[in-house]
Amino acid sequence: MPSTAVGLIGKKIGMTHVFDESGNSVPVTVIQAGPCPVVQVKTEENDGYTAIQVGHESIAKHKVNKPENGHFKKAGVQPTRRLAEFRISSTDGFDVGSELTVAQFQAGDAINVQGRPIGKGFMGVTKRHHFARGAMSHGSKSHRLPGSIGAGTTPSRVYKGQKMAGRKPNRVSTVKNLQVVSVDTERNLILVKGATPGSNGTVLRITPTGKVMK
Amino acid sequence: MSQQLLREITQPFMKSDLPEMTSGDTVAVHAKIVEGGKERIQIFEGVVLKVQGAGVAKTVTVRKVFQGVGVERTFLIHSPRVARFEVKRRGKVRRARIYYFRQRRGKSARIREIQQTKKA
Repeated sequence: MPSTAVGLIGKKIGMTHVFDESGNSVPVTVIQAGPCPVVQVKTEENDGYTAIQVGHESIAKHKVNKPENGHFKKAGVQPTRRLAEFRISSTDGFDVGSELTVAQFQAGDAINVQGRPIGKGFMGVTKRHHFARGAMSHGSKSHRLPGSIGAGTTPSRVYKGQKMAGRKPNRVSTVKNLQVVSVDTERNLILVKGATPGSNGTVLRITPTGKVMK
Repeated sequence: MSQQLLREITQPFMKSDLPEMTSGDTVAVHAKIVEGGKERIQIFEGVVLKVQGAGVAKTVTVRKVFQGVGVERTFLIHSPRVARFEVKRRGKVRRARIYYFRQRRGKSARIREIQQTKKA
């Protein structure tokens, strides 16, 4: 879904808490986002879709390969560690070489945050799906077992989607409608209420929702 | 680096005028209470059971016995809802967390005071 606003790429710094005006303790995740230079503007005519390509984390020229260097040179920006695209309905007002910063966000905005969560490996049903465990004693051998996975002759198969043990997929997860608590334009920080995916240092993709929370 | 940033962010929320408190101390907590749109200060005096956490998340757990019922409250010491802490008495205990104090009643629920030696 193309949106009207371009987001940012950031890094999770960690969690702490701050106090709001009425003295409540607010749990926050600190995200260092941007400044993200616009590396390429993708247009309908050229690329078949409209998007803004941004870079994140400037690095030395010799750390990127030749073709990539040419890509950055064309845009006239310092090479970056990673590139990301944001689909957008109109590319008006976005110039190659300009920088996107956290200044576009304000306290109270609702944002979506995407990132790879902490991997937990192969998990049993107790941990993976929060099944209740059986008795640990009194002769019980059903400690952390899944129990029945369905009826017998009818339907004589296991239904799709049956919750079982397995690996936690290495998949991007999105947390929607997180509230921006405050923005520090000087240090390129966004304080977001609540938790975001991943451990500290995880690369996060922040997109504005255009909504304002209270 | 990142921990440094977190410290910098929470710095403005931290109080600099807090007295040192450890388990065994008797403190009076001046807590702000909003009642019917009005704010007033309620004093909660008791023995510090433990001091937990660091930075802006530091808390103290204070216990008192009120009408024969033990009451424990945990305060975020940097919270704006706590006006101030008053250390009434420095107690001598050998533990950082004096949970055993909950089981004590009457005479055994006493903590020796640390005698301040005055500099000559």
